[in-house]
Amino acid sequence: MAERRILNGNAAIAEAIRQINPDVVAAYPITPSTAIVEYIAKFVADGLMTTEFVTPESEHSAMSMCIGSSAAGARVFTATASQGLALMFEMLYIASSLRLPIVAGIANRALSAPINIHGDHSDTMGARDSGWIQIYSENSQEAYDNVIQAFRIGEHRDVSTPVMVGMDGFILSHAVQDMLVEEDDKVKAFVRERNPLYSILDVDNPITVGPIDFTDYYFEHKRSQFVGMENAPEVILEVAEEFKKEFGREYGFFELYKMDDAEVAIVLLGSTAGTAKEVVDELREKGRKVGLVKIRVYRPFPAKELADVLSNLKAVAALDRAASPGAVGGPLFTDLRASLYEYEKRPIIVDYIYGLGGRDIAPKHIAEVYERLEKIAATGERGELIGYINLRE
Amino acid sequence: MAIRARLKDLATLDDKFVSGHGLCPGCGIPLMLRMVLRATEHPIVAVNATGCLEVCSSGFPYTAWKIPWMHSAFENAGATAAGIEAAYKALKRRGKLPGGDKKIKIVAFGGDGGTYDIGLQSLSGAMERGHDIVYICYDNQSYANTGGQRSGATPYGASATTSPAGKKIPGKLQWRKNLTEIMAAHGIYAAQASVSHWKDLFMKAQKAIEIDGPAFINVLIPCPTEWKTKPEDGVQLAKIAVDSKVWPLYEVENGKYKINYYPKKEVDVVEWLKPQGRFAHMFRPGNEWMIEEYRKRVNEEWERLVRLTKL
Ligand SMILES: Cc1ncc(C[n+]2csc(CCOP(=O)(O)OP(=O)(O)O)c2C)c(N)n1
Ligand code: SF4
Ligand SMILES: [Mg+2]
Repeated sequence: MAERRILNGNAAIAEAIRQINPDVVAAYPITPSTAIVEYIAKFVADGLMTTEFVTPESEHSAMSMCIGSSAAGARVFTATASQGLALMFEMLYIASSLRLPIVAGIANRALSAPINIHGDHSDTMGARDSGWIQIYSENSQEAYDNVIQAFRIGEHRDVSTPVMVGMDGFILSHAVQDMLVEEDDKVKAFVRERNPLYSILDVDNPITVGPIDFTDYYFEHKRSQFVGMENAPEVILEVAEEFKKEFGREYGFFELYKMDDAEVAIVLLGSTAGTAKEVVDELREKGRKVGLVKIRVYRPFPAKELADVLSNLKAVAALDRAASPGAVGGPLFTDLRASLYEYEKRPIIVDYIYGLGGRDIAPKHIAEVYERLEKIAATGERGELIGYINLRE
Repeated sequence: MAIRARLKDLATLDDKFVSGHGLCPGCGIPLMLRMVLRATEHPIVAVNATGCLEVCSSGFPYTAWKIPWMHSAFENAGATAAGIEAAYKALKRRGKLPGGDKKIKIVAFGGDGGTYDIGLQSLSGAMERGHDIVYICYDNQSYANTGGQRSGATPYGASATTSPAGKKIPGKLQWRKNLTEIMAAHGIYAAQASVSHWKDLFMKAQKAIEIDGPAFINVLIPCPTEWKTKPEDGVQLAKIAVDSKVWPLYEVENGKYKINYYPKKEVDVVEWLKPQGRFAHMFRPGNEWMIEEYRKRVNEEWERLVRLTKL
């Protein structure tokens, strides 16, 4: 029987890893993801896991180790955040380009400077072009469920691509929530065994991993690497379907909240969805036609599916918990807007940057965004393209 | 059964690294590889840092390697090898090794740039954690692949593209980092070898591979291209480096220093410096002090090493 437990996001992810018992875990501590690594260390020390648990001297080496282990055919996991993910940057591209499945649990945190340990999405958004699949979580339950599904998605032969599962630092990583932990055996059965095509340890069938390409092959190899990402959507849905059958919880590329007859909507990722849902409920009680789209899978970006949902709306706000200085707007906003370009009928879209460095976002802030969207819908006038929420001038 | 270090026997062993690579004529790297790769009967998985060896041996769609080979980046051969080793342990324990249970050794190769400098942290971490890997630094004293910039291994006085001998500054003014001792300080097997002394190199490689745990060998590799020498002089120069005490052959095992070769006759550092274009400016009038400085430091370091063997 699944067990009801009160766990924070870090403990939830560690629980999933204990059950999956990967071949190798190589990870380096950093707030707010440290506890994931500590829990795993304790599980191993107590004999609850038989994983080869390694503590490299840096995140760069942690990711390098994951790459070596994955090339050997092992199932691998790491956890990090913020500066740690930034330090891995070089290796993130190498992991995805070598088509090596690796699962990384990320407790999303702001990037320095100034140094700040609190939650925002700058770290993973900075890695959005690294070729990793990116899945975001709203609460502990989702962090747990997403990590379990991530192994199946990334290790699927048609995908063979690393996956990072994000959860908001502190807001989720450190806040306890009521959730279901599934039975060990059921989780183990669900994730199966990794079944790699090749292994660097297969000494009877030697392979070369990571050779140099000149101008005559690089482009073709690069193009062929994108195939994993292109195949991912189908596999993500397949795995979600199976997950629902096994555990009853439903997942897709995104979650639609009261969108059926909505005229305006907010699109966002992560824990803010919880607050936004409350605001939607309140406004709905007053008869207002507002809705919410919570994106779960950010890479590959579900452009068409999102556009199908949003194109008939009158006004949409993207809430970006990361900035992209010098770009048209935040990362989510530019992706959303590009997705709608093909549609003749499309809503007016505005962008809000919010919550950097863990700055609060309260129900009243979200209510203000809906108010503005309704005004835009009524007048057809957009006003400022990019706004900031809860920022002192 | 241990393989014996006899040229006759070695010549009959299967080559794991074959010709067709694009290393320069006279390059010392293949000589080093031949010794290391033949030093064991166990299968080897090779890991390579970015550098001459990697670039010249792996140009897609060809490879000079007949064994599993992996390159991921410049500064992380230590960690990449450690990752493969961790997977090896886990898969072995769980009965999932491809082709069944067998002893496999993971051997990493990095240049001096990838080892003394940018990869030192990753290497130190891997050695400190005790992974069962061998790390071979092929030290050609230069960032050769990128055109001969200075590294922490470039000798004092040498002209390199980022420490050029100019009108004001006569080449590199810092002494080389003592990497072999740094590695020995990790409490592991650490050795210094040269391609000129192939038997010594072979024995050290054999020992390093047999050891159940981390081991490190620093091998002097003549690089005619960046040393500005004749290709055919490479091995002879490596020999002079050893005989002039510029590159002593020694090993550190269980904390004990042992010099493996005491030069029989005095060979002055000039014999090492003179044939190399990168030291040419040291022979210009007014720069005699540089040769003096070089000689003094080499002798001091040798005496220090001798003292270490007596501890
Ligand atoms: C992070 C990073 N910085 C710089 C480089 C450029 N680079 C490639 S090889 C190399 C020098 C290699 O020198 P060494 O390790 O001594 O090997 P060698 O070329 O001499 O064989 C440099 C600077 C790189 N590939 N990656
Ligand atoms: S540049 Fe030097 S080390 Fe590189 S291949 Fe040529 S001789 Fe060998
Ligand atoms: Mg070099």
